[in-house]
Order: sequence, then structure tokens, then C-alpha cells
Amino acid sequence: MMANTQGTTGLRGWIDERFPLTQLWREHLGEYFAPPNFNFMFIFGVLSLVVLVNQLVTGLWLTMNYKPSAAEAFASVEYIMRDVDWGWLIRYMHSTGASAFFIVVYLHMFRGLMYGSYKKPRELVWLIGMLIFLSLMAESFFGYLLPWGQMSYWGAQVIISLFGAIPGIGDDLTLWIRGDYVVSDVTLNRFFALHVVAIPIALLGLVVAHVIALHHVGSNNPEGIEIKKYVDEHGKPLDGIPFHPYYTVKDLVGIVIFLFIFAFVVFYWPDGGGYFLEHPNFEPANPLKTPEHIAPVWYFTPYYAILRAIPDKLTGVIAMGLSIVLLFFLPWLDRCPVKSIRYRGVTWKIALMLFAISFVVLGYVGAKPPNDTLTFIARCFGIIYFAFFLGMPFYTRNEKTKPVPERVSFQTVTVQGAGEAKSAVPFGEVDKARMSAQ
Amino acid sequence: MKKLLMTLFLSVPCLAYAAGGGYHLDHAPIDVTDKNSLQRGAKLFVNYCMGCHSAQFERYNRLARDLGLPEKLVQENLILTAGTKIGDTMKIAMPTNQAKEWFGAAPPDLSVIARARGTDYLYTYLRTFYLDDSRPWGVNNAAFPSVGMPHVLWQLQGWQKPIYETDPHDANRQVITGFELVQPGSMTVPEFDRAAADLVNFLSYVAEPIQLERKRVGIWVLLYLVLCFAVFYPLKKEYWKDVH
Repeated sequence: MMANTQGTTGLRGWIDERFPLTQLWREHLGEYFAPPNFNFMFIFGVLSLVVLVNQLVTGLWLTMNYKPSAAEAFASVEYIMRDVDWGWLIRYMHSTGASAFFIVVYLHMFRGLMYGSYKKPRELVWLIGMLIFLSLMAESFFGYLLPWGQMSYWGAQVIISLFGAIPGIGDDLTLWIRGDYVVSDVTLNRFFALHVVAIPIALLGLVVAHVIALHHVGSNNPEGIEIKKYVDEHGKPLDGIPFHPYYTVKDLVGIVIFLFIFAFVVFYWPDGGGYFLEHPNFEPANPLKTPEHIAPVWYFTPYYAILRAIPDKLTGVIAMGLSIVLLFFLPWLDRCPVKSIRYRGVTWKIALMLFAISFVVLGYVGAKPPNDTLTFIARCFGIIYFAFFLGMPFYTRNEKTKPVPERVSFQTVTVQGAGEAKSAVPFGEVDKARMSAQ
Repeated sequence: MKKLLMTLFLSVPCLAYAAGGGYHLDHAPIDVTDKNSLQRGAKLFVNYCMGCHSAQFERYNRLARDLGLPEKLVQENLILTAGTKIGDTMKIAMPTNQAKEWFGAAPPDLSVIARARGTDYLYTYLRTFYLDDSRPWGVNNAAFPSVGMPHVLWQLQGWQKPIYETDPHDANRQVITGFELVQPGSMTVPEFDRAAADLVNFLSYVAEPIQLERKRVGIWVLLYLVLCFAVFYPLKKEYWKDVH
């Protein structure tokens, strides 16, 4: 038995001798010191956790009535929508949650880009996050087949066939993934298993690793300053405030605002204009009838546009894969030591803006039936997308940056209730020099 | 990608093509809160559609409850298949295999058709059957070219022929711009438009029977969240007073 180092007594003391309950609480909430200057963009990490819980809980309940068989799947979804008490709400929460997940995760990642959250010492936070993103894409791909509508079926058919472009093993690989020569009952059954068991387990494990890594290095902030640089005699960051209660109460506000928007969609706009629930997916899967226009769900359309922009299938598949893989290398592609966009040069600001625009435009193009004009647009913005990553080592090397302040705020940070009041530390001499130089 | 799509397209026998006629879709004047319209639509659906089309996810007793009809009335007037109970779903007796032989494609179940195709499409489709000797049933459709379905509402609408005009974008193409009644049916044009709207209204209801309840519940959920905000926001401000 471990000795109780937390100084707790009673039941908590008894538990602490056997399980690091108080220690966990302190490290991750009560004495996890976060910068006090988080802005709006810093809410999306917490929101993705909220959506994850929503997906797990509603998914569990959907599983209780869903039938993973080609003969029954479509009907069982309608059964949930009509005959299961509150089934419609659970289903809409799950389907809206899928889109909401990607919205909050994309904004979360964009926050990382804006404030350099992928940079040293947070490279592993970023890499684990990218693995979460990959798992999320797999999770949604497997899940999208389950309603067994026309778009479920043909979307899966197209995406699986992409693996067929791999030379040599392509055809065997697609056969191995499908378990059949076409997408069939066998495919549906295994996708169900992957969607409800395998990927969620991986996802949960990765989320825990993401949070552990983050809490090990500490949170970034809109100034891109390391608050761990200035600590008091107890080793606590002078510019840090305990996550609980400060950020728990602040996040509650953010969560409520998010839930308001989420609930509005669930109750008044569950189709999401045909993007959250696609119209052709209200027709049961028919292996003999190819829809006129096959497009993946909106959150995959930027990559799909890149795939479609390239005439050669194998090159297209490689480019599509690369468009996601490149994100992994961001911590090393970006050579600029300054984190926050606030103090970075104009080249980076322009590059990031162009990247964001190209992502949105590619997403739009990927959702539309192809024509010559759209293919041309996809090629232009595809080039911008790749240029953002491949040119990064060059345009960030000698970036003209602004001086970064040493401390988060010019004022003294006094935090009551989190130990003793902190002594005032004057604004660093270095910073004064920098400020006057500006 | 085009190559890939083409491969898919060619490797799979394509039996029936859906929609995509390029004909301008009329706006369906429907209102799912209008129970009288829904009741008229249900009557039309049972009498004219259910010979071939099921609505296999909708139960008769649910329809009775949602449309404000006594179950006895539904049992006596809307259930036409012998042995069907009030708690059964709206299934039909026609076997799928034979239907395929008769019409080229099995008539689809219409439970969620309004969500798949949209109400404007259905409203236009129902009103744009026109005489065409080249088709097996003597009719074609402007919204759904080469349709396999006969004009089942001909007794109400009558028969119409298309008015062609030259496509403003392509001088070699003729497009349908309107219709001319050749033989009137039992309804006038506005009456038939109303009947088609009632039917589409019913299909819209059947596609999502919970839709009115959903909107009603939604208000309370949103109000609850506003209340939560009214509690949490001052709480946050109170805590953050110390942080400058």
C-alpha cells in the first residue's frame, strides 16, 4: 500500500492510500494551472469532449434498437425514428453530433494553427490529436454505412474502391475490406463492429493520452507564451490560474451556448439543409441503382475535391492521403519560433488565411457534381492547399516577427482561493526594451 | 475520379433512373399543421397510391392519432386489406417480384419519399403526367422522364399534352414549358392542384410523423438552456472577478 502523501483523512484518505484520487484531481483540475487569457477559440477542445460523450451515449442507445443487417438496417432506423420512445431525438442527436464533431474538431485544429499549439513542447499533443482526427474519420466513415441508405452504400463503395488504386494488392485489399465483391451484408456487419467497438475504444484511449500529454506540457494561449517560465516558490506558474473552478465555470458557459446551437439544429434543422442528413440517404441502399451524383458527407468533401481534381486515380488517392498526412508534419514544417499569430509575420497570416479559404472552397467543390469550371477551381485551390504545407519551411524560415511579451498580462495576477496571493512581478526588462523598439 | 465513377457506373447494371428531368419544380403549398388537408391526403393516398405503394413504416393507429381521426373510422375507411389490424403498418399485398415485371421497377415504399425527393418535386411530379404514345402506359412525366408509373390520378386530372418551346440555351432542343388539357377530369385545375398538395402534405407528414412534436419540444429545451445560461454566466463572472 502506498503511503498517503496528500494529507487526506477519512474515506478519501482510505481511497488515496489505494488509488491516487486526490492526486489525479489536483494534477488535472484543482491544481492544473492554465493561462488566464484563453479566448473564444480555446473552447473547442472541451466541446469536442462534450460531443464525444453525446456520441457515446446516444450511440449506445441507438445500438439497443438498430439491426446491423442489410435486410433490416434501413427499416430499423425508421423504427427508431417512429416506434421507439424518444428514438427520434436520440437519432437526431447522434446524426447532428457527427457533423458537430467535425465542426468543433476543425475549429480546434484551426485554433492550433492560429496560436502555434503544435510547436515545441506540444508536438506530441498535436500528433496524438492527429491520430484522434484519423480515428474520427474512420469512425464516421464506418458509421455512415449503418443507416444503409443509397448514399451510405455508394459512398462506402466509392471510398473502399480507392484502396483498389494501390498497385499489386489493390483488388485483394478492397475484397478484404468489404469481405465480399460488392458492399454487402458482410460489410455492414463488420463496419458495425468497427463503429461501435474497435474505433470508440481507440478514440477514448487517444483522448486520454491527448489530455495527459497536454497537462504534462501545459496549455498554450492566444499570446503563445509559456506560463511555466515564471513560477513562484512552489513551482506554480505566476500567470496560471487553476483549471477548477475558473475554467470549469467558464467552460460551462461555453458549453451551454454550444448546446443551444446544437439543440436548435436537432429540433429545427435536423437535415442540416441536406448536409447533416443527405436526401438520397432516405432511399434504401440499392446495389443495382447507382445514384446520379455520389459525394461523401460534407466533412470529407475537401479531400474528395483533391482526389477528383487529379485525373489519374492512383495519383489522386496519393494526393488525398497526403492532404491529411501533411498535417502530421506541421510541427517540423513550421520553422518560425514564434507561436501566436499575433506576433507572427504577414507572410504567415496570408498563408494561413489562404489555407483556410482553400479548405472551405475545396469543401464546397467536393460536394457539387463535377464540371470543368469546378475542376479548375479545385485544382487552383488544391495547389494553394499543398503550397501552404510544402512551402512552409521556406516562408517561415526568415519570417519577420514581432517581439513576444514575457508575461501573459501587464498587470499583476492575483488569484484568491488558490493558495496565497501572488507577489507582483514587474514586467520583464527585456519586454520593456522590445516594446519601446516597436 | 471521373474514370472511377465511370467504372462504377458501367460495372453495375443500372435499371431505373430517378428524377432529374430538368423541368422547373413548382413550390408545394403544404402545411403539416393543417389536419383537414392531411386527412384528405390520407384518403387520396389510400385510394390511389396504396394499390402499388406501401408506407410500411407508418402504423394505422399512429395515423389515426396524429391526424385526429377515431380509430374506428380509420379501420372502416382507410384499411382496405382484409385482416389488417389498427396497429399494423401500411403494407400492401402486391408482391415485389411481380411488380418488377409489370412496371420495370418495383414501386418504391413511400414512407420517407418526401425526405428523399423533396415535397416540391413530388408536387410537380404528380401534376406533370402527359400523353406520350411511345411509353408503355401511354404517359410520360416532366419531372421524371421515362417514368414507369401510369397516370393513376387521370380520373381526377384528366389527360394533358405538353407545350414545347425551344430551349433558350440550346436552339436544337425542345423543352416542356407547360401543359394543355386534352380531356378534363372530374376536378378543375385548381381543385386538382389542391388535391395534389393534400397528397404531398400527407407524404410530408408520413416521412416524419414526429415533426410537429419535435418543434414543440424544442422550444422547452431551448428555454431550459437559456435558463442555464442565466445561471452560469453570472457564476462565471463572480469567479472571474479576481482574475485581471
